[in-house]
Amino acid sequence: MKVGLFIPCYINQLYPKVGIATLELLEKLGVEVYYPSSQTCCGQPLGNSGYEDDSKGACQLFVENFKEYDYIVGPSGSCIYHVKHHFDILEQTPEVIRVRNNAYELCEFIVKVLGKTDIGASFPYKVGLHKSCHGLRGLKLGSCSERMDAHYSTEEDLLNNVKGLELMSLNRKDECCGFGGTFSVFEEAISVKMGKDRIQDHLDNGVEVITGADHSCLMHLEGLLNRNKQPIRVMHIAEILNNSL
Amino acid sequence: MSHSEKATIFNKNEAKVNWHDKALWYVREKRDNAAHKIKGWEELRNVASGIKANVLSNLDNYLMEFEANAQKNGIKVHWASSAEEHNKIIYKILAEKGAKNIVKSKSMLTEECHLNPFLESKGLEVVDTDLGEYIVQIAQEPPSHIVLPAIHKTKEEVDELFQEHLGTKPSGGDPQYLTNEARKHLRNKFLQADAAITGVNFAVADTGGFVVCTNEGNADMGAHLAPVHIACMGIEKIIPKEAHLGIFLRLLARSATGQPITTYSSHFNTPAPGAEMHIVIVDNGRTEQLSREDFRSSLSCIRCGACMNTCPIYRRSGGHSYDATIPGPIGSILSPGKDLTKHSSLPFASTLCGSCSNVCPVKINIHEQLYKWRQLIVKDVKQPFVKKVILKTTGWLMARPKLFNLLGGSARFMLKHAPRFMVYSKLNAWGKERELPEVGKQNFNEWYKNRKKNE
Repeated sequence: MKVGLFIPCYINQLYPKVGIATLELLEKLGVEVYYPSSQTCCGQPLGNSGYEDDSKGACQLFVENFKEYDYIVGPSGSCIYHVKHHFDILEQTPEVIRVRNNAYELCEFIVKVLGKTDIGASFPYKVGLHKSCHGLRGLKLGSCSERMDAHYSTEEDLLNNVKGLELMSLNRKDECCGFGGTFSVFEEAISVKMGKDRIQDHLDNGVEVITGADHSCLMHLEGLLNRNKQPIRVMHIAEILNNSL
Repeated sequence: MSHSEKATIFNKNEAKVNWHDKALWYVREKRDNAAHKIKGWEELRNVASGIKANVLSNLDNYLMEFEANAQKNGIKVHWASSAEEHNKIIYKILAEKGAKNIVKSKSMLTEECHLNPFLESKGLEVVDTDLGEYIVQIAQEPPSHIVLPAIHKTKEEVDELFQEHLGTKPSGGDPQYLTNEARKHLRNKFLQADAAITGVNFAVADTGGFVVCTNEGNADMGAHLAPVHIACMGIEKIIPKEAHLGIFLRLLARSATGQPITTYSSHFNTPAPGAEMHIVIVDNGRTEQLSREDFRSSLSCIRCGACMNTCPIYRRSGGHSYDATIPGPIGSILSPGKDLTKHSSLPFASTLCGSCSNVCPVKINIHEQLYKWRQLIVKDVKQPFVKKVILKTTGWLMARPKLFNLLGGSARFMLKHAPRFMVYSKLNAWGKERELPEVGKQNFNEWYKNRKKNE
């Protein structure tokens, strides 16, 4: 099984440690991982801003970079969702279809493709899970509070098997944090308010570390936590799963 | 003013934002509990969505079937292609009857058509009889929510309004007292009414009747007391069969307020002896929306307001920030179809979280339509120059890995070494209330290359 590692642009530049944890984690799980170094971005920031047409070059490059792999795995639900859902702007060649079908968010890949939920990690902290919207409602990584389906959660399945980790329950299980890509600057006031409210929920429930499968949401929450000097850390779920004491 | 500008103003009072958010979240939770109590809720949504799709594909036939059956029942049917025509038709009916005092129950269509100011300009008195509608009417404001029109007002604010307009005593916002005073006042209006105007929740093609849902019974009070009843409906309000009410009424009340059934689901089929019943069927841009393949399903909306209650942006920006008859997520996909330039900021007033599509009882893919409107808006509406250049250039760079990486590196260098006052300037909206990420020496790409070298 050859896996192409997709590291979203902002993780590459701003959070290399998340990329490193993802790579190490996959390797620990016995996966043969390749990192195509000429990757840039999935095009999502443009698409969500209305400039989908200008992102075609980026989308095409994505396909070129990843067409030869059995699976494409990335530590970001929203980027993977963009590939799966919005690459319909490209001509649907067999390569494009293959890439779209084989793109997986990291947790989903571990649970669904590798069939593992206990990966021997340990992390003795009180953790709050931020269920990022595109992963949750887009990729259906878990059941959504609005829908009357049976409960399931890919990330919870993984976190519940981490030794010492206490998963804290939140008052609002899956409300958006307000990042939303360029929304975070063009609707700054609401974005900030949504983020503050999310953080308060975690504070109210004794959370020490906020985690999630989308670091863009965590970047937004971290920006608020650091500015307001609040006693919570953020960590990508790959960092927690890659942690063993 | 754009949505974000209005939302920024609304957010100056954080306590009020918290209150507004909690009030609507409470309704969302009531909806969740009510939906959980029905087995097969998701299947019910599927069926409703399918029926509405069928209606939109056969709208002409169903409308004609409805008209024929309504006429058989003795109802007079009128057709209006625009808001102006709608208003003129209603005025003509009222003028012929010499009606001066009009009571109106909730109808978003008459809001859309600006019927009240039109009739008032002709010297008629129109009183909104839904309590929430009445509050916003005396406050001279549009409704901020389609089901809870005065949800932006606290009870203390209502107290002050009533003191001014109804001469009530200061009560510190006692809901019981204020409601009783409104009832007393409205009761006289009902008794004096020459005509009653209502909206329509569902128009049933196979019977020619229609159903109006209210929690206060005000539609019934108006329609039964006045000699003339005029019901106004958009062309999309049709359902094929009376049996389908069993699906839609169950979904509507639970989605809207979490009630198992609306307090009054009033079926109007035929005028009372000696009375008149009219229906005005209005297009006003709906057929144009129907012709837009990507957006036609927005016409399936049954106006429950669930998308507003669940929307984290709506809850924190208030309905008036949308500056449209229908606010919130559903309004943000309907309004651009009416006036793309005026409403061009609305599809961007969303994080595309998708919660709206999940609560929608007729499964409108609202967040996907928001995304689609964005693509059209940047092409058809003039965009801020800088924003446009930045995004277009980014797109160009993203297809060029070497340049893209080089630029990423320089940006990181800037973030690391530029003085704080430069990074956190007025131009940096991110940094107003948030720190930027701390950047390191290496990006992942460089780390990976080093690792390869050392293997």
